[in-house]
Amino acid sequence: MTSKIDTTGIRIGMWLFLYSEIILFGGLFVLYAVYFHNHAQYFAEGGKELNRVIGALNTIVLLVSSFTVAASITAIQREKKGQAIGLLLFSLFCGVIFLVNKYFEWGAKIHHDIYPNSATLQDGAPGLNIFFGLYYVITGLHGLHVIIGMVLLSISLAMILRNRITAARFSMLENSGLYWHLVDLIWIFVFPLFYLVL
Amino acid sequence: MTETQSFFETPSPRGQTGIKAWLLTHDHKRLGLMYMWAILFWFVLAMLLGLLLRTELMGQGRTIMGPEVYNSMFTLHGVIMIFLFVIPAIPAIFGNFFLPIQLGTDDVFFPRLNLFSWYLFMFGGMFAIFSLFFGGGFPDTGWTFYVPFSVGTKGNVSLTVTAAFILGMSSMLTGLNFVTTFHRMRHKEMGLMQIPLFTWSLYATAWVQILATPVISITFVLVMMERFLAIGLFEPDKGGDPLLYQHLFWMYSHPAVYIMILPGMGVISEIIPVFSRKSIFGYKAIVVSSMAIAVAGSLVWAHHMYTSGMSDVSVFVFSLLTFIVAIPSAVKVFSWVSTMYRGSIQMSPPLFLSLCFIYLFTVGGLTGLVLGAAGTDIHVHDTHFVVAHFHFVMFGGTGFAFFAALHYWWPKMFGVMYSFRPAYIGAVLTAVGFVFHYVPMLILGMQGMPRRYYDYLPQFETGNFLAGFGGYLLCVGILVMFINLFFSLRNDRTAPADPWGGTTLEWSIASPPPMENFVAPPEIKGFPYDFSEVIARSRKEGR
Amino acid sequence: MEKAEKPHVLGYGQLALVLGLLLILTGLTVAVSYVHLGFWNVPVALSIASLKASLVLLFFMHLKYEGRVIRYSFISTVLFLAVMIGFTFWDVAFR
Repeated sequence: MTSKIDTTGIRIGMWLFLYSEIILFGGLFVLYAVYFHNHAQYFAEGGKELNRVIGALNTIVLLVSSFTVAASITAIQREKKGQAIGLLLFSLFCGVIFLVNKYFEWGAKIHHDIYPNSATLQDGAPGLNIFFGLYYVITGLHGLHVIIGMVLLSISLAMILRNRITAARFSMLENSGLYWHLVDLIWIFVFPLFYLVL
Repeated sequence: MTETQSFFETPSPRGQTGIKAWLLTHDHKRLGLMYMWAILFWFVLAMLLGLLLRTELMGQGRTIMGPEVYNSMFTLHGVIMIFLFVIPAIPAIFGNFFLPIQLGTDDVFFPRLNLFSWYLFMFGGMFAIFSLFFGGGFPDTGWTFYVPFSVGTKGNVSLTVTAAFILGMSSMLTGLNFVTTFHRMRHKEMGLMQIPLFTWSLYATAWVQILATPVISITFVLVMMERFLAIGLFEPDKGGDPLLYQHLFWMYSHPAVYIMILPGMGVISEIIPVFSRKSIFGYKAIVVSSMAIAVAGSLVWAHHMYTSGMSDVSVFVFSLLTFIVAIPSAVKVFSWVSTMYRGSIQMSPPLFLSLCFIYLFTVGGLTGLVLGAAGTDIHVHDTHFVVAHFHFVMFGGTGFAFFAALHYWWPKMFGVMYSFRPAYIGAVLTAVGFVFHYVPMLILGMQGMPRRYYDYLPQFETGNFLAGFGGYLLCVGILVMFINLFFSLRNDRTAPADPWGGTTLEWSIASPPPMENFVAPPEIKGFPYDFSEVIARSRKEGR
Repeated sequence: MEKAEKPHVLGYGQLALVLGLLLILTGLTVAVSYVHLGFWNVPVALSIASLKASLVLLFFMHLKYEGRVIRYSFISTVLFLAVMIGFTFWDVAFR
């Protein structure tokens, strides 16, 4: 009925989708809350085995990338195509750094025989098994979302290069940005819950 | 009314022909019909599975199938009925078809996403079929997939839960589409209190679909992870808590009950005023109660777990909260009955089916209170009483609302009128069969016959035989109704725009509607259930 | 219904300020984790995380400038999440 594109409507749709993502992780946070209640001291013990520095570094990487994505939207709105492209490339680079960090972190843990159903966890305290089980499930699912977010950002980047995203029409970039921020948002909670519990 | 081509003749996007005009369509009406054929297929399949189950139970011992087959049959019956029929039936078919029209607009907000949801639905259904023939054989867990059995069983649980995951996604995206459409595509002159009640109920449902469905998605992901990685998140000797699986499962599956029943209530709220020729009683109360059911329904999940060994405090709290849900449901029943009071009632198949709905749903609701109260629930938990209860709600409620909606909107969707006599016969057979089918189960349950059991003690044989007999009557009734509807498709498309005297917007346009729904801008009434014009018109015609 | 108004443009400076705050809060939460506060460690860490999340939501995600539909529905989602976690504790905390 309306020939004009309703950008607010598109954003509402994206937010509704984000709610479902929040609740998806919410189910895991229910598990975390209950098991933290049940095995508090093992969670603290497990948390100490995770590398706080890498965790903090990854937090900073995601926060900075969130900033650059938000800034790229501003750049597009101001019709600065070059800046927007640069900022998005940097965000993607941050995403790669995050995943590389994660790879080394998981690799080190697996090297120490800490992974789902490993002998160490099987024979160790049940609380520790749960802690690392949740650690792998939540960071794994989060990592998957980082990858999806990067795909969305790459699509937006390609669309900017082909002038499909402009100051007049940038819903795709905006929605990819929202998704990327959501990934950041979840990490903001994952970081203290796993790396900083004492 | 000027002659316009219906959406059957006008493909969207334009230029598509033949089968492509359907498979690539963006038109919400075509998608609604595509959902309809798929959903009817699943419904008939699951109904026949149910009939086989009851046939097996008609006599003691082995009748027609062995215990393993029996286990996978009730699993399949449950999974198909829940995920492929009851949840999508009314929102996906009638919601897609009529929500945009009732809001006075030309399509849903994301038409391509709508098409994508349909494909997800079909893929999910295909996965459900695949799960039967690949891997370790039939899933045999029941539709609840409780751990630890669902993690340990050889049956092909992984594929079945993947199917449910995909179907959940489809349902969630439909909800997303409806909420956005509701807010952004509504006709400019239509205020919140001028929206038809069916659309309101879909709006409430859509919120539950968006917020509750992801919980089951993550739960099923966890089941798969447990099967493949054996993390032990629900295993006590690895530090897990099996009850948490049940919490997560019912956190979705109880709200899902309201995904199933709310649209049905919306259908009834449309039909009752039209055939009473009287404005709906308590419009605002019904709107508020729809939203209240959506909210309160999300707070009561653990009432499925009274005997699971959870804490007494939570038994108390959830029992209390459960009783709160009864209030908005009763408000609706009260409003429907009050609408009919001193109305000028015209009997028709949709109204007859709606009356069956009110009666059967009330029984379902009241037996629900028996189960919601912890003391009585412990006596009848996991017996046939529960089976009868939720069939009264899901089948007597949603199922009959679905049949009513079919008969109510059939002339609008296809432009053909069906003959009333077979419709009445089918409806009566269905209702009588229903009572014969499920009332014995209520009694069997109170006598202590458990659900999901392959065999039973001799004293339960009469009840089970009666239930099976009722089941056959029920199926015959449903087939009569369906066949009558299908035969009507051979008639000419001569149904008038407004065969019933309805007042909502879908009755102001041609049957079947043109592709863009409104050729002339729709006229938004101050109140959607104002029958003064309809009454004046029929006076003039001397009826 | 809301009107489709012109999108709000956030300046680089404003966004950088938010980033600065987020980084400071990250430093703070890491620093606090080295101090032993007993029971209070978790609430403090979660409060800081919530503060950070609010900053991301309000500015990076433009929630501050959105209309009623998005704002209220977001709050409902958070409430639903709170119910999911909170009501499970009716069981877990009293078992």
